[in-house]
Amino acid sequence: MDIKVRVWRQAGPSAAGKMVTYDVKGISPDASFLEMIDVLNETLILNGDDPIAFDHDCREGICGMCSMVINGVAHGPEKATTTCQLHMRKFKDGDVIDVEPWRAAAFPVIKDLVVDRTPLDKIIQAGGYITAPTGTAPDAHATPVPKKDADAAFEAATCIGCGACVAACPNGSSMLFTAAKIAHLGLMPQGQPERDSRVIDMLQAQDDAGFGGCTNAGECTTVCPKGIPMSLIGRLNSDYRKAISKR
Amino acid sequence: MTASDFWAEGEPVVDKAAPDGPVETRWERRKFSAKLVNPANRRKLTVIVVGTGLAGGSAAATLAEAGYKVKSYCYQDSPRRAHSIAAQGGINAAKNYRNDGDSVYRLFYDTVKGGDFRARESNVYRLAQVSVNIIDQCVAQGVPFAREYGGLLDNRSFGGTQVSRTFYARGQTGQQLLLGAYQALERQIGLGNVEMNTRHEMLELIIVDGKARGIVVRDMITGEITTEFADAVVLASGGYGNVFFLSTNAKGCNVTATWRAHRKGALFANPCYTQIHPTCIPESGSHQSKLTLMSESLRNDGRVWVPKDAKDCQKPAGEIAEEDRDYYLERIYPSFGNLVPRDIASRAAKNVCDEGRGVGPGGLGVYLDFADAIKRLGRKAVEAKYGNLFEMYERITGEDPYETPMRIYPAVHYTMGGLWVDYDLQSTIPGLFVIGEANFSDHGANRLGASALMQGLADGYFVLPNTISNYLAAGPFPAVSAGDAPVVEARKQVEDRIAKFLSIDGDRTVDSFHRELGQIMWEYCGMERSEEGLTKAIGLIRALKEEFWTRVKVPGKGEELNQNLEKAGRVADFIELGELMCIDALHRRESCGGHFRAESQTPDGEALRHDDEFSYAAAWEYFGADGKPVLHKEDLNFEYVHPSTRSYK
Repeated sequence: MDIKVRVWRQAGPSAAGKMVTYDVKGISPDASFLEMIDVLNETLILNGDDPIAFDHDCREGICGMCSMVINGVAHGPEKATTTCQLHMRKFKDGDVIDVEPWRAAAFPVIKDLVVDRTPLDKIIQAGGYITAPTGTAPDAHATPVPKKDADAAFEAATCIGCGACVAACPNGSSMLFTAAKIAHLGLMPQGQPERDSRVIDMLQAQDDAGFGGCTNAGECTTVCPKGIPMSLIGRLNSDYRKAISKR
Repeated sequence: MTASDFWAEGEPVVDKAAPDGPVETRWERRKFSAKLVNPANRRKLTVIVVGTGLAGGSAAATLAEAGYKVKSYCYQDSPRRAHSIAAQGGINAAKNYRNDGDSVYRLFYDTVKGGDFRARESNVYRLAQVSVNIIDQCVAQGVPFAREYGGLLDNRSFGGTQVSRTFYARGQTGQQLLLGAYQALERQIGLGNVEMNTRHEMLELIIVDGKARGIVVRDMITGEITTEFADAVVLASGGYGNVFFLSTNAKGCNVTATWRAHRKGALFANPCYTQIHPTCIPESGSHQSKLTLMSESLRNDGRVWVPKDAKDCQKPAGEIAEEDRDYYLERIYPSFGNLVPRDIASRAAKNVCDEGRGVGPGGLGVYLDFADAIKRLGRKAVEAKYGNLFEMYERITGEDPYETPMRIYPAVHYTMGGLWVDYDLQSTIPGLFVIGEANFSDHGANRLGASALMQGLADGYFVLPNTISNYLAAGPFPAVSAGDAPVVEARKQVEDRIAKFLSIDGDRTVDSFHRELGQIMWEYCGMERSEEGLTKAIGLIRALKEEFWTRVKVPGKGEELNQNLEKAGRVADFIELGELMCIDALHRRESCGGHFRAESQTPDGEALRHDDEFSYAAAWEYFGADGKPVLHKEDLNFEYVHPSTRSYK
């Protein structure tokens, strides 16, 4: 396949950025999107140009490191798929493909397609855990967990923390990310003692980190590579109301 | 073979921390004899932890909970992304919740046997003992393990065992366990007990007065080089499978932290012990950047075959008649068939491809066919069992495995070798501890399925936090400052190396060297090795190394985000490691665990181990870039599990 890519190039956090067009010729339809960028970068290096900086690691859809907005959609056109699992066969010969970084006030660009997502960790620090220091645990079977709760908690816990939800949100909100963690821990009996403080503290941290507010636009769930549903945001709001009313 | 042109032999290495007496009480007695640090003094002691996977994340959190000051480093943008996240299958524990005869002793026995009698009994017994605590700990953290309708934990069985002892969270057990450790770590970061440094890479170890006292790190965003100090350093930097370029490891996985420590005196044990997994998605072309594993469980219902005649390989699978297919695993191993262990399935696949009977691009693949299973069980049942795997396969290859057989090929998956550590997980450099896949300790020459997660968390939650106190009790050690001679020297080594990479300005990219190294390693130091091939490989690697240092092209500057500069350092270290792996493989003139040595086989072509000659761990000492590595043997004694021969025919 012969395609063109228009890629956001930005030398550093305070530098001005712009879209730059590159020709990519003879790419296999079996190559992944990131492998296409690898091939382009090899050419750029040998031509003496600066290769495109981008985040990636496991390349199997689980680490949450890859983060490209492709043709205006976080992680590109394939439903429930991370950028690294998107393959070139989803495009056509002659396509012109736009590639941009996550764009959100809370995720400043570091270079090219690399952004700073540490604010997501700040939200977890504020309460996205169950306090259980090593060595204090009772036997694993001491507290049975109904299968439906365990399964629902697992579904929420599959969030990979990539930040696509933030990139897609018109408000740059991380509500889906926060809601997934609130649901995961709140569905487990082990998570009950900290349930109220968790939701209050995590929402506060989300605001402090510069994420926008949620207006139920729903863009987050449509791009989520793990299909985390909007209903979890409703659950978070319900938890929040209950927690606040007890204060 | 004795010491040769390629290596020299030194004194044996002895594990001085190893307790003796009954294996059941060794860990208890070691914990009791270890010195403790009183809680008020812990805050005066700083520990550096490199890596935030299952081992590093759990260790950093646990040490901080105990009251030590912790500085944690990872190359990713968040500690949650370490490659433990990608582990699929599960985690073993001797809970015996199935009432099927499991016990600590049986898990110990299976693991020693699975490692083909090349692991330490003391370490493996301890691993089996703490396995039960791991499950308790993870459940308390809210890890959503699979459960039964009654609300109790579910188990599945895994290869190499006859009991169901594997706990799992669908196909994402590693992710869920890592998030548990990550959340405990983030809690400690929030409390100010851990200083977290993401996007930082360790490039050198700092040794002062013979003790590990710090590291030199590069801020991967700004390129700034800093020196960081502590009373002890813990490496939890993972395995080195990416020496093969193509592996199931994440792209960033590298050997630099452990290799730099090796160059500074830490022994590197059993580097040639790598595990090759039989069910990965094959390469699709020269653009291939990594390989993806598919759960081994597929072999429960899929039948492996290739055409009998190489001429049929280009035909679509559906046009090859039943009688023209060679179900080679069922033919060669009638009693185990498609369920032979990983190493045997992998080697058999390579053999048929080497005969020219491989299928798919480049002839590097064999079929894994579900047609019979679909006929027998119905498509619905197959979908329920393997739906997510089939979907993943289709996403990557564009082929529908319900209609055409899957293509699979072996890929490097895990490395059992690593820095040599004693029973306390301390390396040969005092104050340098090594945990998780980065050390060599528990899996011998082959790792059982669902044991990697167990070892990472055992080391991080339960072993290291109990053994490191014995070392730290002598601290705090005298303050180290940036102006001290060994610190200045370590920093200069890093700066000079970066300057050298940037100044070569050659005509080959870093990746092109990495790919070439990977091909040499796969061909000659992969599943089957021979003296001739390994000798050739060592020559090829030496030539590649020379070429690398004269022809590599690293664009950009040091003082910026420069991903090619990062890669250059890692590949330079992989090249040196690759040579040591080949030397280690050359010296081990036996077939053992995941390794088949062509000169060491039974008359019917099965692996032949030589316990009389090779019942030891091979710990290598670095002797300069052009010097011969020196072999130090650690003899292995089997008091409980007596070496026997595997047979799967």
